Amino acid sequence: MNPEYRLDLCWPELFQLGIIVLLFIQALAKGERPKNVNWVPYFAAGGIVVSVLSLGFTGTIFYGAYSVDKLSQFFKLAVAVGFAITSLNAVKPPDIEGDKRPDYMLFLAFSAFGLMVLASAVELITIYVALEISSYSVYALIPLRANDRHAAEGGIKYIMFGAVATAVALFGYAYVLAGAHSSYIADLQGLTLTFQAQPWVVVGLSLFLVGFLFKLALFPFHFWCPDVYEGTANETAAFAATLPKLGAAVVLVRFAALIVPGWPIATFLAVLGAVSMTFGNLAALAQRDVKRLLGYSSIAHAGYIMMGLVSGTAEGLAAASFYALVYVLMNLACFWVICRISHTGKNITLDDLDGLAQREPALAVVLAVGAFALVGLPPTAGFMGKLFLLQSLWDNGYNWLVIVAVLNTAIAIYYYLGLVRHAYTHEKDVPRNAVRASVSAQVWGTVLAIVLLVLGAAPAPVFDLAMQAGVALLP
Amino acid sequence: MQETGFPVLSVLIFFPIGAAALLMLSRANEFAARMFTLCAGLIEIAFAIPLITRFQLGNPGFQFTEFAEWVPRLGLSYHLAVDGVSYLMVLLTVLLLPLCVLCSWTYIGRRVKEFHVNLLFMTAACVGVFSALDFVLFYVFWEAMLVPMYLLIAIWGGDQRRYASLKFFLYTLAGSTLFLAAIVAFYTQTGTFSIPELMNSEFSRTFQYWTFGAMALAFAIKVPMFPFHTWLPAAHVQAPAAGSVILASVLLKMGTYGFLRFCLPITPLAAEHFAPLMIGISIASIIYGGFVALGQQDMKKLIAYSSVAHMGFVTLGIFMFNQRGLEGALFVMLNHGIVTGALFMMVGAIYERSHSREIVENMGLGKYLPAYMGFFGLFAVASFGFPGLNSFVGEALVLIGAFQDKLLIGLLAIPGAMLAAAYMLRLGLKMAWGQPASPKGRGWADLNLREWVYLAPMAVLTVYLGLAPGIVMKVVSPSVGKVLADYNAKIERASAVAENEATPREVAEARLNAAGLSLDETSNDLNAAAAALR
Repeated sequence: MNPEYRLDLCWPELFQLGIIVLLFIQALAKGERPKNVNWVPYFAAGGIVVSVLSLGFTGTIFYGAYSVDKLSQFFKLAVAVGFAITSLNAVKPPDIEGDKRPDYMLFLAFSAFGLMVLASAVELITIYVALEISSYSVYALIPLRANDRHAAEGGIKYIMFGAVATAVALFGYAYVLAGAHSSYIADLQGLTLTFQAQPWVVVGLSLFLVGFLFKLALFPFHFWCPDVYEGTANETAAFAATLPKLGAAVVLVRFAALIVPGWPIATFLAVLGAVSMTFGNLAALAQRDVKRLLGYSSIAHAGYIMMGLVSGTAEGLAAASFYALVYVLMNLACFWVICRISHTGKNITLDDLDGLAQREPALAVVLAVGAFALVGLPPTAGFMGKLFLLQSLWDNGYNWLVIVAVLNTAIAIYYYLGLVRHAYTHEKDVPRNAVRASVSAQVWGTVLAIVLLVLGAAPAPVFDLAMQAGVALLP
Repeated sequence: MQETGFPVLSVLIFFPIGAAALLMLSRANEFAARMFTLCAGLIEIAFAIPLITRFQLGNPGFQFTEFAEWVPRLGLSYHLAVDGVSYLMVLLTVLLLPLCVLCSWTYIGRRVKEFHVNLLFMTAACVGVFSALDFVLFYVFWEAMLVPMYLLIAIWGGDQRRYASLKFFLYTLAGSTLFLAAIVAFYTQTGTFSIPELMNSEFSRTFQYWTFGAMALAFAIKVPMFPFHTWLPAAHVQAPAAGSVILASVLLKMGTYGFLRFCLPITPLAAEHFAPLMIGISIASIIYGGFVALGQQDMKKLIAYSSVAHMGFVTLGIFMFNQRGLEGALFVMLNHGIVTGALFMMVGAIYERSHSREIVENMGLGKYLPAYMGFFGLFAVASFGFPGLNSFVGEALVLIGAFQDKLLIGLLAIPGAMLAAAYMLRLGLKMAWGQPASPKGRGWADLNLREWVYLAPMAVLTVYLGLAPGIVMKVVSPSVGKVLADYNAKIERASAVAENEATPREVAEARLNAAGLSLDETSNDLNAAAAALR
């Protein structure tokens, strides 16, 4: 095989493509009956296995534009895990008509595929194309909610902001090409990236990054986030709130390897991170709609991830990667509960959580673990992730950012605790004919909670993977 | 270091967690849940027996060490051990579990299984806090304990339970977030999270100042010291009896334990620097807590404020930096745990009869509930430090330590002891001989067997430790001596270093200043003299 086209390095992507093909065939099949997509989570679980098996692959293909390395394999695994959970979550979305389920699932799978490609892309146009693959599918999904005006609003906001952000990214790409005469990250690595030395490249890269900061919903590119979460169906929001962040994180981690701490761009990102966490947390304090609350909280979490990126060390990049994975898991745990409670597909407010501990004790535990992980309370994975971030940043010139992050944790307690407070301490009579969550929903939710606790108690194996990726980027 | 073969501390931590998980998954009815937890508590005590039989008196170092790598890349380890400072608190925690189950037997009527799950988790986290020797591990247990305590107050508490539990959670967690930053800072300075290693490291003065500040804030809120105490009365009043017992007996001790374990050995220069401030707010806590307790009508509030005062004695003893003061502090920690815990149990017992915690609703018990009043009298008298009972020894030691250091400090603390006698006697007298508010009081039954069972051990300890404090001293003294010796050595080294680091100019200036001269003037004079000579 021509070494430039060694597709055997791309098993996770190919496997994902296989799922897409199957879904495509199912979507084309005729019939008015609701179509069963229960098989997808099993295949997605197979995708996790494939990703684990291909963890050790390394190599560069497609003339240097596509790099299979430790970092990409780590993130592909994370995407595979996230896709498995979201597809399990979305097998029966109440908002979506039965015969459209394969189409719905197809878009989810396609977006996840784009994110996997993004993990390996090391050339700006490849990155751009991968980003668009993952985004367009989500653009199509967001307004898919029967007769809801908020859905239309969310969809339009996401598309408009997304289009502007990618346009800016493309604009930035032009500057980079003009300045550096190359669009390979590897070539940029050799340059001195200060404004004095490379004005075009610095401006161009900054603009290019905007596209990803938008995906990550970092302040000031966060406007879409709460509205989109609120407007979309719960299952779609669970996807849009989590997996695209992985894609953004992996690209930002790759670019952060270019950044030397103390350079203006690092300081700029640090400031954005600080503002983002503070703004996100303060705004979340006032929310009653749980998805909006999680939307604002994700703005804050984008700020936390910045901590690992600006530290500019291998530990920092590893911490950011680890935290991105943990963020996906803990957010999915919360969304899992939201989707299970909302039997009609309606949005959940804090009051809807009242009495959850009596009604659905297992789901209440899952929600509590997810919320406490988002606070960063031990012994959950969220605590470990935050500890790694703080540790990587301390003594790297941004001690103030550590203090801001720590104080922000104190602010964030209130609203995350609100979720637990409503679930456990506000009691409500359970109507006799209340719909119960199925046993499998409880079991899978519990598995998610256990994973969060295990990653908190024994983070070493996963963190070591992230660390290998970080070290490979920053020798 | 000593290998026991049997990982007693891990068992004490993970056995309750396992039991809690089992209970959570089971379909136990209320009675079964109570019995299960009671048995688990008794087994936990049985597991603690090796701790008692194999503890080496006279060994000042850490014992029962367990060590395993946790996240080797980041220097995290699973490191447990106890010394004289933490040993008694571990035993007290373990002892309280079955007693708490017993005192909630009829008190808790709903969501019984969940209640006991929380009690078990609580016990595990508390043992973890007192035995962890890795900073992150400590922090994990320190924070993990918030969740069960929050739920205990928020679900089974009084009418304002939501407010009280939220306040408790926000205060304590907000306090400890900066503590986390300090932990990370220690790591980046030394490359380790190991507490014994950090105890042997030395840090610059400014670094110590701010890490001390971050840690002290977390501990001061937990203790709680005036003016960070406002969460405590709310939490105590609203918490169910068992919650109050654990809160008073174990949780508050974590703050003072933190001062002893971290602030003194790791940041001694800062501790010395801030000692006047800490002593000042300790005395303020003693006096303030005493006065406010004197004015309370609610029994639980009274005991809660008395805790503020008693814990003021502990912090006072710690920041005296002498053997007697530290021994006294540890003694008060243990005895406050026993006596105040017992008092909260008694309040819970009378609340089940009168459904009120107001003093006026619970008067005249001496005639109708003699056994109850007998126990209450014993604990009340013990609480204000009656000679021959346990609290006397601790407070006396703290006062001796205070007088040893500065007469003034001792004199300022004395009124606290008198106030304690005033509010406790007032409470005791009214309850024993006051006019019953309503005739219904006469129909109440005296203590039943279950209540005897959980009060008797506390009473025995109260009397025994008062008459024979030697046993506690034997455990505590060597470790306290070591803490103190290390502390003094570090302070001396620091001042020696400061002297050596003086530049010749500074030395010359200091000498001239001592003689009433200035360096510049002198050198001008010398120059003038040299010019004249030329």
